[in-house]
Amino acid sequence: MGNSVPIACYLGLAAVLFCIGISAFLIKRNIITIFMSIELMLNAVNLTFVAFAHEWHQLSGQIFVFFVMVVAAAEAAVGLAIIIAIFRSRETLNVDQINLMKS
Amino acid sequence: MHLVLFILFAMLCVGGALNLVLQRHPINSALSLIVVMTSLAVLYLLLGAEFLAAAQVIVYSGAIMVLFVFVIMLLNAGEEDRTGGSRAAYAAGIPGVAALLGILAYVFLSHPRQFGAAHLGGFLVTTSDLSTVLFRDLLLPFELTSVLILVAILGAVVLARKEY
Repeated sequence: MGNSVPIACYLGLAAVLFCIGISAFLIKRNIITIFMSIELMLNAVNLTFVAFAHEWHQLSGQIFVFFVMVVAAAEAAVGLAIIIAIFRSRETLNVDQINLMKS
Repeated sequence: MHLVLFILFAMLCVGGALNLVLQRHPINSALSLIVVMTSLAVLYLLLGAEFLAAAQVIVYSGAIMVLFVFVIMLLNAGEEDRTGGSRAAYAAGIPGVAALLGILAYVFLSHPRQFGAAHLGGFLVTTSDLSTVLFRDLLLPFELTSVLILVAILGAVVLARKEY
């Protein structure tokens, strides 16, 4: 007893993390924190991939997580550069004040 | 042992994620995200993904979060002001998130027997297993990701460059 955990618990944990990520994406107003919540969602999906790889004894799930990590690193670099460019021109990080295309 | 470690690090994960939402200063959110990512690395280790656990610590809680903290300090980001966001986002988003969580929890937890159980060392993927697949069967996608990284680096340099 205590030596095995149902895969369903890992999947439930990933679902909880993903939903916390979505609500952080909706609630937060700082563009950097919104970007961080996207990373949180990516991590939750990665946990699902690893759990299913363990469930079906397949390597492809872990390979997929590896590629997600690579793409997330590239995305973080480009996204943070865009945030720096936005801050240079608008002098704010609040997404409600970045509304050039609104009205 | 497995159960104790799982409960401990799952609670750390959820606590860190909730702290990310509740904190108002971006640097506190970034530090709690580091907690989440490091505990996820331990969970990967419990699931037998040792290479991914190392890569998670090095790439996510190392490289990416250092980038985040660097940008927060570079832009001197202060506490966020609580301006009211879009009403439609709240009206559709919060019930949508609750519904999604309900559906996922129902699918995953209603029949826990349809998924197996994870044993420590039940499915251990060594780095050599992973690299065999990566460099033999998936060589072209692997090389393409290096081109992607190169393009991303160039794009980041061009975007963040000072315009004269």
